[in-house]
Amino acid sequence: MPIRVRVPTPLRRFTGGNDEITAEGDSILAVIEDMERRHPGMRERLLDDKGELRRFVNIYLNGDDIRFLDQLTSKVKDGDDISIVPAIAGGN
Amino acid sequence: MSYVTGLKCRECGQDYPISPLHVCETCFGPLEVAYDYAAIRKAVSPAAIEQRPHNLWRYLELLPVDAPPQIGPNSGFTPLLKVERLGAELGIRNLYIKDDTVNHPTLSYKDRVVSVAISKAREFGFKTVSCASTGNLATAVAAHAARAGLQCVIFMPEGVEAGKIVGSTIYGAQVVIIRGNYDDVNRLCSEIADKYGWAFVNINLRPYYTEGAKTFGFEVAEQLGWRLPQHIVLPTAGGTILPKVAKAFRELKEVGLISEGECRVHCAQAAGAAPVIQALHKGADLITPVKPNTIAKSIAIGNPADGFYVLRAVRESRGWGEVASDSEIIEAIKLLARTEGVFAEPAGGTTLAVTIKLLAQKRINGDETVVVSITGNGYKTLEAVGNAITQPYVIEARLREFDALFEQLNGRRSLAGAA
Repeated sequence: MPIRVRVPTPLRRFTGGNDEITAEGDSILAVIEDMERRHPGMRERLLDDKGELRRFVNIYLNGDDIRFLDQLTSKVKDGDDISIVPAIAGGN
Repeated sequence: MSYVTGLKCRECGQDYPISPLHVCETCFGPLEVAYDYAAIRKAVSPAAIEQRPHNLWRYLELLPVDAPPQIGPNSGFTPLLKVERLGAELGIRNLYIKDDTVNHPTLSYKDRVVSVAISKAREFGFKTVSCASTGNLATAVAAHAARAGLQCVIFMPEGVEAGKIVGSTIYGAQVVIIRGNYDDVNRLCSEIADKYGWAFVNINLRPYYTEGAKTFGFEVAEQLGWRLPQHIVLPTAGGTILPKVAKAFRELKEVGLISEGECRVHCAQAAGAAPVIQALHKGADLITPVKPNTIAKSIAIGNPADGFYVLRAVRESRGWGEVASDSEIIEAIKLLARTEGVFAEPAGGTTLAVTIKLLAQKRINGDETVVVSITGNGYKTLEAVGNAITQPYVIEARLREFDALFEQLNGRRSLAGAA
């Protein structure tokens, strides 16, 4: 079973307008690399020059912020849900 | 006429037209409203503004709406109280409270941001407005939506105070409680905003919404006689108000409404939700999210969207920040109520408790002008102080019983005026 990735509006021009795509990989980083192969251009939107997650991007693995897990090396398995969400939201 | 020139990414500077868009497509940075300050400078003066009605729209030129606003006709322009009894107790001669506990119609600073956001939602033609909220925003969106005749759906985390749920449903809003904390709600709402095309005031309308927070700063300066205080202490949750008050102070200079003065902008967080203060004290730029745990539910945000800009505004103004524990927050709420007759919610207790710490650290001196920001009303958060209040005496309706009680308490000064 592949991994499902929810794609926010600013990235949908890379996915042909799809709001959900599938990808493979055993870590968040591997999934990002796989998304880059399928939808070129996505990697540099998510990661900065040093390969770190951009400040204004949040990635959630099964609902948990990967900053609370093992960041980009967080382990991913088949059937997991990944959600990419712009960090800029909120006000209380 | 509007002096807005468009939206601009705060990070990479890319320009966008005015639209319900909040994130830069290139770098995911936040979009911010840009203005033609040179034109505004020619259009405004203190004398002209002073003639206008006492609401937040008196600063219309510096707000991002096109049409004459119809939302929030009574919002903003809350009192700036010179608090002499509290000042004497703390040893600050020129101490002020910016009192948004009496903002109209829902008793918190959120009436400012929502007035602007819902005005904009109407301009864009949205039929449904929504928000992710810890409570105060929910009540403000629900009330203003009712008045604007818009549908309203509110998302809140479980565990918010009952008053904030009732205070939203009463206006006809549909409330959805999410099992999780505010950060979980916020993430879900980002996804819903994307999919359902609703106007989320703090997501896709965020560039407009946050501009409304500037009015808190405009008013402080005007109410001090078009001067800046030397210090202002603001609460930080998602990080909207503090950078926007700093921006307001900059803009007032930019358009010539004030000529000089520097204000140190200080950040207050509850100890149980203090990712910004942790980064500030470590000297870090990166904010590490935390899982919030505090009675100050209105500021219980562990992953602040604009935390980075809070840090920057605090550092640029040579301000500082501290945390307040739950017990310090409650003591400060009681102190403000006892000395000045203002009942703040825990966010207000947090700013006052932090002000006291900054004074003890000599970052604030007693002869300086200090403004403490009180952004929400304690009547909405009775649970927070429930066990900390003095319990009432209960007696039968007989004078003899009261005489006995008076005898028992006299000398302990527990009954007011018992002498």
